[in-house]
Amino acid sequence: MNWRLWIPLFAFAAFLGLAAYQLTQPKDEFVESRMVGESLPYFELPPAMAGVDGIGSADFADGQPRLLNIWASWCLPCIAEAPHLENLKRQGADIVGVAIRDRPEDVARFLAQHGNPYSRIGRDDLSEVQLAIGSSGVPETFVIDGQGVIRYQHIGDVRASDVPVLLAELEKAR
Amino acid sequence: MTRALAFAAALVVALPVAAQQTMPPAPFAYRQLENPAQEQAAQELMETLRCLKCQSQSIADSDAPMAGDMRHQVRTRIAAGESPDQIRDWLTKRYGDYVSYKPTVSTTTWPLFAIPLLLVLLAGAILLRRFGRRK
Repeated sequence: MNWRLWIPLFAFAAFLGLAAYQLTQPKDEFVESRMVGESLPYFELPPAMAGVDGIGSADFADGQPRLLNIWASWCLPCIAEAPHLENLKRQGADIVGVAIRDRPEDVARFLAQHGNPYSRIGRDDLSEVQLAIGSSGVPETFVIDGQGVIRYQHIGDVRASDVPVLLAELEKAR
Repeated sequence: MTRALAFAAALVVALPVAAQQTMPPAPFAYRQLENPAQEQAAQELMETLRCLKCQSQSIADSDAPMAGDMRHQVRTRIAAGESPDQIRDWLTKRYGDYVSYKPTVSTTTWPLFAIPLLLVLLAGAILLRRFGRRK
């Protein structure tokens, strides 16, 4: 029998093996921002509720690195990350919030319940800032250096293990 | 018991979805542009942009609030005179090629175009040899 007859079968088996391997790999659904390393695009957001300051891109260019937290009162993982943001604030991080598609009363209720780690909170009703910096979900946290350049992106809620990473990234951005 | 658990689980899934709907959608999420030519250009572009929250749908197909906000971006930018390619580039600069469904030949995608061509040539060569032999 011609040995070459077996080649298609082996090719097919190799293909099946590849497919089976890929199926066992966890699916990576994170879309990373290509804006890391770029300057924040120009934006100007009104305050997300009474009694807080809004936020504009110009506020970042004062020499101090900051965390830019994309969140919303309707986002469940944001409740889970609230204590870790509080912890970051306690350790000296300046955290600026951008509330996505949120109403002032909902923002106030969320902060009353889960604490307010933000120095400023902007109101982004049309996800404009979110799209402009390449964020694809809520919550996400960006490290912005003192010149207003995006240095690091954390996708998903901040967990206890992410706190030292974010502090180190803030230090690097100094 | 399992039914109650399943119901509770369904509620947990439904809760943020319901909460997201408390804000009205972006002005141009569901409203078409006045100018039919512009609306058609916007529609064609939206059908080739990926919804980032619901990654197997285009933003034209998705009812996710974020897809609505992206449609708003596309329509207002088209209305302001930007070309569809400029808007696609703007998004690609933020999310990479992933956000676009429009196939492009690049350093990583060229085998997708080259391999079928090679296979056709190979098949042609095999057929030619077979039929050539019989003559």
